[in-house]
Amino acid sequence: MLEVTELACLRGDRMLFADVALTVQAGELVRIAGPNGVGKTSLLRLLCGLAQPEHGQVSWKGQRLERTRERFHREALYLGHAAALNDLLTPLENLRFAAACHGLGVDAGRCELALERIGLGPQRDLPAKVLSQGQRRRVGLARLYLSENVPLWVLDEPFTALDVAAVRDLADWLDAHCAHGGMVVMTTHQDVPFATPMRTFDLAESAC
Amino acid sequence: MLSVFLEVLRRDLLLAWRNRADVLVTLAFFTIVACLFPFGVGAEPNLLRTIAPGVLWVAALLATLLSLHRLFAQDHTDGVLEQLLLSPEPPVLWVLAKVLAHWLTTAVPLIVAAPALALLFDMTQSATMVLVLSLLLGTPILSLLGGVGAALTLGLRGGGMLLALLVLPLFVPILIFGAGAVDADLAGTGAAAHLMLLGGGSLAALALAPWASAAALRIAVE
Repeated sequence: MLEVTELACLRGDRMLFADVALTVQAGELVRIAGPNGVGKTSLLRLLCGLAQPEHGQVSWKGQRLERTRERFHREALYLGHAAALNDLLTPLENLRFAAACHGLGVDAGRCELALERIGLGPQRDLPAKVLSQGQRRRVGLARLYLSENVPLWVLDEPFTALDVAAVRDLADWLDAHCAHGGMVVMTTHQDVPFATPMRTFDLAESAC
Repeated sequence: MLSVFLEVLRRDLLLAWRNRADVLVTLAFFTIVACLFPFGVGAEPNLLRTIAPGVLWVAALLATLLSLHRLFAQDHTDGVLEQLLLSPEPPVLWVLAKVLAHWLTTAVPLIVAAPALALLFDMTQSATMVLVLSLLLGTPILSLLGGVGAALTLGLRGGGMLLALLVLPLFVPILIFGAGAVDADLAGTGAAAHLMLLGGGSLAALALAPWASAAALRIAVE
């Protein structure tokens, strides 16, 4: 489980939030809510160890993040604002590279299946620069279909630029992940129907 | 553990191939800079023979510098760097793979082109051999140290200029020993000492620079 205590985040000279405490148990779906600029993305980046907190600590399965970095990175997946695509590579090449870097050890066949599942089957061999915003987003999200054994998913606005059918399919997949004991922490401004009871953590209450 | 290294190396080489105009620009820059000198200083063969090692080394250094800012910039804007930092493998591995890919795609073409330019300056055969050897041993230091500079200036406004100011002074010893190796060979004292120093420098940079780059990248992404 993921545990956050007394977390504070400094951005430039401004304290974004302080004293954030949050615990995510297996099977939970947590939505970080709050208006723009309150520090939702900063919080997610702190959660996955991309940034260092000004104060407080993040622990994973009872160990501080700095101590268990390698294991944590194996057991957590972060999808940020940027789709992490290179324009000169095809979606298939991008996905295979992302999966290999994450140590997922999946073959080309599984990557092709994941791309088909997310609706990019016909585009898998086109360079990423010809894809639309929504399609670029989907290439990044295709990693979710390879990561069912990665317990913690940290998703920053996963539903942006997706069409209605894709949103529903992704919501189902997040539900399935939680049903299998996974954890999802995400931000979204959209109302997405989840079967899993969603816990909303309002970051505005901790804002400084 | 090796798989991340190989994946990153393969990807960067593939990207260099798809973007091969960049590689050619670096090579063309090297050739043109070297060719400008005879126009400037006159075509006196003895003079050209004397300045050739220094000219070719400075040209190689500037050509490397020209391509350095590309090392991490694209991955930084795309968000690939974040994902690499979240990889369970140590960052040193993939930093090394990226630097190796940079060396293979910029320094190796320069080293291959150097003998042809040496001919232009009427360098002797043994001096050309030493020049190629000194480039082979010295350019890895340029890529490795340059990688640290590129990581430190990542995402800064005017990063390219700052990168030049940051790494060019660090390249001075490499220039001295690289060009010095050829001079020593021409003077008949033997280039072994210079070449060994360059080799030693390469090994030291190989041992230390990737760690510094990885630390700087972590800060840049934060």
